[in-house]
Amino acid sequence: MNTNDDAIIQVEHLVRKFGDRSVLDDISFNVHRGDTLVIMGGSGCGKSTLLRHMIGSMKPTSGVVKLFGEEITNMKERELERVRLRFGMLFQSGALLASQTVGENVALPLLQHTEKSIDEIEEIVKEKLQMVGLTGFEDLRPDEISGGMKKRVGLARALALDPELLFSDEPTSGLDPIMTAVVDELTLKLTHGTHMTAVVVSHDMTSAFRIATRMIMLGHGGIVAQGTPDEIRNSPNPEVQQFIHGEADGPIPLNLSQEEHEDHQHVKPRPFVAARDRFHRKTG
Amino acid sequence: MVAIGVRATPMVALTAFSVGVTLAMQAAHSLQSLGAEMYIPDLVMLTLLREMGPVLIAVIVIGRSCSAVAAELGTMKVSEEIEALEVMAINPVQYLVVPRFLAMMVMLPALTIFGNYIGILGGWAVCTFALDFNTAGYVMEALQSAEAWDLYSGMIKSVVFAWIVITIACNAGLNVEGGAEGVGQATTSSVVQALLAMLVMNAVLTGVFFFSA
Repeated sequence: MNTNDDAIIQVEHLVRKFGDRSVLDDISFNVHRGDTLVIMGGSGCGKSTLLRHMIGSMKPTSGVVKLFGEEITNMKERELERVRLRFGMLFQSGALLASQTVGENVALPLLQHTEKSIDEIEEIVKEKLQMVGLTGFEDLRPDEISGGMKKRVGLARALALDPELLFSDEPTSGLDPIMTAVVDELTLKLTHGTHMTAVVVSHDMTSAFRIATRMIMLGHGGIVAQGTPDEIRNSPNPEVQQFIHGEADGPIPLNLSQEEHEDHQHVKPRPFVAARDRFHRKTG
Repeated sequence: MVAIGVRATPMVALTAFSVGVTLAMQAAHSLQSLGAEMYIPDLVMLTLLREMGPVLIAVIVIGRSCSAVAAELGTMKVSEEIEALEVMAINPVQYLVVPRFLAMMVMLPALTIFGNYIGILGGWAVCTFALDFNTAGYVMEALQSAEAWDLYSGMIKSVVFAWIVITIACNAGLNVEGGAEGVGQATTSSVVQALLAMLVMNAVLTGVFFFSA
């Protein structure tokens, strides 16, 4: 399954270290055209880091990431721009340009990368905003809309160029259940209808099982489990079961391990103690 | 972006006018004791064109726009907007820095010319209303004292300052790390660095233009 012509994304032996700590340790997987891959895992397990490597905004310590068969890990910024035109990315916060209106944000990639007329662009912006349920919001500024709306505008912007591949960082967190369903259906429609490929980082298990064709669970810097949604649902791995059922008790450690804890202490020598001492000195 | 410059005009005008008035009064004080009041316009004109104009207007623009640019770009960096641009294959330098750079390169010299006029007007006000100059006399004397080079040297300074200020501001903004606190630090340090760099560069340029030849 490693070398497959159909693979849109190939991640091979990806390692990323911050200092001595391996956040991603020898991760390999492929994503095929039309697939929706959901990456899950606890907070801080490296999901977003993995995503950043796939879009080329972080360089791995070692290993290779290929998009559309081209290795992006050693690409120059110019070449990377060419690849980036083929995918869209929805950031966790939406990452809208605060100085521009909702409409201008969605129009931005079209204005920058296409020769379309203003009328055509206006039409596309309207259509994309309608897809995410935000008709008529063109003239509002990002600070005038809610977090969930920002995210949907971010999705509309990511889809503006009709990408072959969509990356989403927690697309449904902060959305109400109905909007979550709308966004999920949109993802399904795009992956089925236009053979778009999607990579979604998500905590939301309902949504994840609704859209995924493949799932990967990250933990301890590596892949804990991967497979189809059914395989994941029936996985004998207790960590997977704990995660998908959202149980507090189980094998996944809730706190940092002792070793990491000591590591942190080494960096910051007990900050509260210093603050307390200052307080006592002041008050006598 | 050009509004950066246009909105600064009232402040520039007030500063330049005050400086013109102050220069004329100081000149009057010293020169009257020598019986050389007729040189007041010369002093105002040359000081403004060569030194005070470019430097003071740059100080105002640093206070207004250098800090604003650093804070704006810094906030964009912190809120993932810069990364989003990169992922959309939009070069943040081209998209964000170039227009600001051009605006600064055009507006700082333009504001300096404007400030020079207003400053000279300030000098005129003192000379006409407090001393017994007539307008024609002031204008004639001022124009006779200055050569084209005095204006050009000030303009060259102004262009160099613009380049220094916007480079420092954009660099500080795009390299922000660590949230709101980082934005604050970057803004402060950009203003301090820009001021120091501008003043040092002014000394160097004055040395090159008027002292070495």
